[in-house]
Amino acid sequence: MRARALWGPLVLVAALLVPALGSRFYTFLANDVVIWALFATSLNLLVGYTGLVSFGHAAYFGVGAYVTGILMKKLAVPFILAWPAAGVFGAACALVFGFFCVRLTRIYFAMLTLAFAQIVWAICFKWNELTGGEQGMPEIPYPDFGWIERVGGSVPLLSWRTAEYFYFLTVLLVAACLWALHRIVSSPFGRMLTTIRENAERAEFIGVNVRRYELAAFVLAGAFAGLAGGLFGIFNRGVFPDFAYWTKSSEVLIMTLLGGMGTFFGPSIGALVLILLNQQIVSYTEYWPLVLGVVLVVLLFGFPGGIAGAVGTIVGRLFRRARGAEVRGA
Amino acid sequence: MLEVRDLVKVFDGFVAVGGVSLDAPTGSIGAIIGPNGAGKTTLFNLITGHLRPDRGHVKLNGRDVTGIAPHDLCRLGVGRSFQRTNIFPRLTVFQNVQAAFLSHRGRGGNLMTPAERLYRDETLALLESIGLVDRAGEVAAFLSHGGQKQLELGLALALEPAVLLLDEPTAGMSATETREAIRLIARIARERGLTLLFTEHDMEVVFSISERITVLHQGRVIANGTPDEVRRDEAVRRVYLGERH
Repeated sequence: MRARALWGPLVLVAALLVPALGSRFYTFLANDVVIWALFATSLNLLVGYTGLVSFGHAAYFGVGAYVTGILMKKLAVPFILAWPAAGVFGAACALVFGFFCVRLTRIYFAMLTLAFAQIVWAICFKWNELTGGEQGMPEIPYPDFGWIERVGGSVPLLSWRTAEYFYFLTVLLVAACLWALHRIVSSPFGRMLTTIRENAERAEFIGVNVRRYELAAFVLAGAFAGLAGGLFGIFNRGVFPDFAYWTKSSEVLIMTLLGGMGTFFGPSIGALVLILLNQQIVSYTEYWPLVLGVVLVVLLFGFPGGIAGAVGTIVGRLFRRARGAEVRGA
Repeated sequence: MLEVRDLVKVFDGFVAVGGVSLDAPTGSIGAIIGPNGAGKTTLFNLITGHLRPDRGHVKLNGRDVTGIAPHDLCRLGVGRSFQRTNIFPRLTVFQNVQAAFLSHRGRGGNLMTPAERLYRDETLALLESIGLVDRAGEVAAFLSHGGQKQLELGLALALEPAVLLLDEPTAGMSATETREAIRLIARIARERGLTLLFTEHDMEVVFSISERITVLHQGRVIANGTPDEVRRDEAVRRVYLGERH
């Protein structure tokens, strides 16, 4: 148990050391992974814990990106306010859409989430005055790192480029969000969500108001997706309508499945693997989607628990075998 | 006291329950029997708010609870189990019962405390009384059929119900398992002073523990009384003799 608790801080430290490798490209990739990890984990609150498959999770990601982007670029609001606003708007949006979605089940639920996401996309695409329409909104400013740069400029270990300061900030904020999400899924509230996933009818009969809990999960997932979107807009140096497009929703769903929706860190692993594979394979072949398709088919049939599930099974087996050997040896 | 008055439910012209009334006085053990398709499960679903009756009402201690949502009925002290085993298959036995405690004690809105250690003692005590404490760490889906039925009873009991409705608590069990399960249920019901209403196929079991028996046939009550009264009833003999195999 204690050994497991060390993983989080260990990964956090490793992530903070990435810029020290000295490659701008690695830092860029790592930043991408970290933000998508939060996005995918927020989706997993719905898919993995509550048993609700959303096909439109990009809506809240997109809303968050536009909110932070518009506030920072057009209204010069500081990051410290503009970023939380992404979460608030993501949650508000999820509250309105979720109110209708949780009244449906299974595929109807999924289709309605998709429909709402496409509405968000259409609004972003067409509302030229606010969102820049089709052209999107380039040149979102970085948060103001002025004082750190002034202080850090004179200290050797603290002098980095702005993109790197932003990376450090992202890692710390995402770590805080993941910590909060982890608390949520281990809480009594989280346990109630798993009873809904396991058996919604029975959950009603232990006194769980299923729709209300589903809506609460939907809103929380929307809030964290919004926060991920807020960071992504800045990282991407621009916000574009395709942030809310269905392909983004499917991408994050694939990450969640690939990494394993049965575990808390599965979706983060999915984000890491998908982004790395994408980088690596694209440089070898133009048939990247074909490779991804094959990987997914193998995983879904062979290891329905995703990468995290497969690793868990293998480690469990080795451990048992080692223990068995010990017993025989003794 | 649970009062059921004149409940009617029609599915596409088929009268599943056609005007059923019955009383379950506080602390009593009552059985509902009847051949397959007599409307027992539908009646249960009407009482527990799973289905909305076309007519009639259900009162709990004088309060009208007709057709209210299951999660609200739970809070008023009505627990139930299902004919088809109904548990949380991929949670452990411990987590199953603990979830019922968490929900019932209103802790579900808590987002920040680890759930792991809450209501540990209560959960283990309850598992002890239903004979599952040794299996606490097992995934519920791996329990035997009888074990899952016991677990379901545990889920219902964690809600500290005043009224407990059990729909065929021994369905699919062997004769020995059935007897043990029924003994367990009767003991717990007496210990806790529960108002118990259950449906059951095994007549021997029914007559051995019930104080009142209601006989349903084609959606209607054809007899209602003490075991002796029901045993002597002409209509009951006709229905049961007609389908004895």
